[in-house]
Amino acid sequence: MSRSTRRKAAEIRHLLETEGDAMYENTRVLNEGRYEAIESFDRFEDLREEARETKEAAIADLDGLVERVTESVERNGGHVHLAEDAADARAYVEEVCGAADAETVVKSKSMTTEEIELNEGLESVGIDVYETDLGEFVIQLADEAPSHIVAPGFHKSREEIAQLLNEVYEPEEPLETAEELTRFARDVLGEHIRDADVGVTGANFVLAESGTVVLVTNEGNARKTAVTPDTHVAVAGVEKLLPSIEELSPFVEIIARSATGQSIAQYVTMLSPPTDSPTLGFDGPDDTVEGGSEDREFHLVLLDNGRTAMREDDELRETLYCIRCGACSNSCANFQHVGGHAFGGETYSGGIGTGWEAGVEGLDSAAEFNDLCTGCSRCVNACPVKIDIPWINTVVRERVKGGADPDTFDHLVDGLVPDEEEPGFDLRNRFFGNFETVARAGSALAPASNWLSGAGPVRAAMDRWLGIDRRRDLPRFRRETLRKWFENRESAVRSGAGPTPAREAVLYPDVYTNHVQVERGKAAVRTLEALGVEVRLPDAGESGRAPLSQGMVSTARRAAEETHDALAEHVEAGRDVVVIEPSDLAMFRREYERLLPGDAYERLAANSYEVMEYVYGLLENGADVGGLAPGGGEKLAYHSHCQQRTLGLEAHTEAVFDRLGYDVLTSDAECCGMAGSFGYKSEYYELSREVGDSLLAEMDTRGRRVVASGTSCLDQLESLLDRPTDHPVQVVDPRRTGR
Amino acid sequence: MAGLVDSFGASLDDLDVTWTRTAPGGLEDALADAVVEPVVGAPLPFEGLSLPDWIPVHPTASELEAARTGVTGAGGGIAEYGTLIVQSRPGGDEPVSLYPERHVAVLRASDLVSGVPEALAFLGEEFAAGRDSAVFATGMSATADMGETVRGVHGPREVHVVIVEDGDGNEPGGGEP
Repeated sequence: MSRSTRRKAAEIRHLLETEGDAMYENTRVLNEGRYEAIESFDRFEDLREEARETKEAAIADLDGLVERVTESVERNGGHVHLAEDAADARAYVEEVCGAADAETVVKSKSMTTEEIELNEGLESVGIDVYETDLGEFVIQLADEAPSHIVAPGFHKSREEIAQLLNEVYEPEEPLETAEELTRFARDVLGEHIRDADVGVTGANFVLAESGTVVLVTNEGNARKTAVTPDTHVAVAGVEKLLPSIEELSPFVEIIARSATGQSIAQYVTMLSPPTDSPTLGFDGPDDTVEGGSEDREFHLVLLDNGRTAMREDDELRETLYCIRCGACSNSCANFQHVGGHAFGGETYSGGIGTGWEAGVEGLDSAAEFNDLCTGCSRCVNACPVKIDIPWINTVVRERVKGGADPDTFDHLVDGLVPDEEEPGFDLRNRFFGNFETVARAGSALAPASNWLSGAGPVRAAMDRWLGIDRRRDLPRFRRETLRKWFENRESAVRSGAGPTPAREAVLYPDVYTNHVQVERGKAAVRTLEALGVEVRLPDAGESGRAPLSQGMVSTARRAAEETHDALAEHVEAGRDVVVIEPSDLAMFRREYERLLPGDAYERLAANSYEVMEYVYGLLENGADVGGLAPGGGEKLAYHSHCQQRTLGLEAHTEAVFDRLGYDVLTSDAECCGMAGSFGYKSEYYELSREVGDSLLAEMDTRGRRVVASGTSCLDQLESLLDRPTDHPVQVVDPRRTGR
Repeated sequence: MAGLVDSFGASLDDLDVTWTRTAPGGLEDALADAVVEPVVGAPLPFEGLSLPDWIPVHPTASELEAARTGVTGAGGGIAEYGTLIVQSRPGGDEPVSLYPERHVAVLRASDLVSGVPEALAFLGEEFAAGRDSAVFATGMSATADMGETVRGVHGPREVHVVIVEDGDGNEPGGGEP
């Protein structure tokens, strides 16, 4: 592997060893909490919709909102500064602190102040800055960066925190329990808050009409930070603006559920400073709690720093709807294992971090971690404002990978691959993005192609030039493709051997099923025919999933158009489209919306089915279950596919298994870790294994047949368990009936 | 009304927030039971209801710091979540409800609303009237940043609510628990 690949692999290995356990433990708790909180709250989807619409409207009217909030804050007696960039914002806060003769500043947690590197700025002019959020406090003491946008110290275990505090403060009795650590931190920070001259907070929302800063917190430190010192500075990105308190409602009820699984945060603080609360003078023992807004000073710093440009960018605009809840991080299998120190840029981390970094820092920062998004789409349903986070990652990947200088190998690759990408697009991405070409050659030349690709020197070259890890088994191409097999057989329906056909369907021959996992294709044909469906194989090629996953959007678009054209005549003729590979079905149902004209997308999406979803539907509509292989209590361990779960199609497979009498145990891991090409890539191979291992740690597969819906999942589980795996349709395959 | 009190009470129970219900005449006794000395308070914003003389209001900063209990009014409550609406007032509701370890809130049953939209509608009117700062406080301050959930971080670790019913025939008495 190349030097940069080796460096990245080492970085990830190091994080897995040092921070992986704490990250995994902590993110899983929040992720499970989120599932429970949302499961038990039936208005969630409606509020998500409302929140999304509210954000869209607010960003559309951003200029008007900035104007309104400036008027209202000034009317209240405060000041507004619209900061063009980080340096501008920093300079303004420094100026405010200078005017207040500030020696110390206390802060509540704010990613926006991380973005502008405020602490470093204030410290450089001799001001002491104290973080009062307990997580931030720990990170500040350790001189580290946040590993999570909501819980900055998630990568540290309690033991590590105790050790750190004991070393720094040398208390008489060493601190040990969470209770002791919390009390100790509260006392230390309480003193800092009382002594501070200026309090700096962020804002979760800013209400334009009333000049209100909304802070969503649990500890109470933001409240103290905002009202204890006489001067309060709130730093917020311009995208935090909402028109008025009327629009706040959905966010109050979704933000904590999404972030931590709480139904509501401990404190939703809505301050329109300077407030009427009396000022607190802790300087002398007899100071009275009195005075009020006339003694208080308030500054609202609204930060642009690239946001206006993001608003103009059709692909990045959605990022501005983000309410920074961290659900995309917690629901991400890769993030759960490496955390924000690998899965993050200068400031922001997790799935949506890519959009933020690309917008406020630039592509270089986004490029650092963009590859860690595998497009598994588990964050899509998690996001409370319905941001298509995988899409943002895809688009940023296109910009990152397409931006490189043309490589010396480009002319070679250009001749071999039929893609639409400009020279300079990352070589490895083009290899995976053109997998159909590879597969065609692989089948045509099988078995020689498989011997060749198994050979040491070939693997060494692939590792070196393409960054494909030598430890990963490569797909074994089948000489007889599904298409060839299908052409040479007689339809059981037409031959009269099966039931009279009630429906007609086309079975989409995805590249893997056609060239590699041919058996699941055959099983699907037999299963559908047994249920009275006349099956055809359409003349359709790769769906565009492979190039899309590599950020090759134009190539994916062309593939989508061609696939649609090949399927459209069948849909027109009333045939259903049945899909085995969930990632291809997800193309038809999700991503094609962005790649095809609206009506073309809608028609195909409405008529496409995952194969077990289709089997379920046939059985529900009275098809005879007798033709399928009965379960007889056979024990299965089933891992659905990430994108299949996002489409809500996991339950159909389980229901079919139940109906046939199988005993099914289902995994609840977000992803198997393989995720298409991801697990092949040299720098990510170990992370991919780690994610797969944790799936298996949570699902006891002993004595169970291992079943998975996706190609990647099947490969990953087979390799981790070192035993064969099956697609669900192979389990119910009528061919097994006689066993 | 009784329905809202019951569901608010059930939400408080879930949060481990203790509560009592009383007629206006029983407020002093209810507070005497709920308060742990030393205590400070913020004047109640309700017509016809005030804190007993033994609860000092307008404390000095050091009294605030030394207080074990802070007593404030709550302008409203959200039944669904057991949330108190604590408004910022010149009498110091914000610091008095925040600094002492124990917060005792006095809430009129008639000010309860069912959910967040209703509470924000109420605050919308308050904002328009110039009372434009408030906190939705739900349960005790908490953190999970030190390895497990701990209550009582920068804010109170104990919360008690005294619900005052309007004296329209509702019997005063203890609620759960």
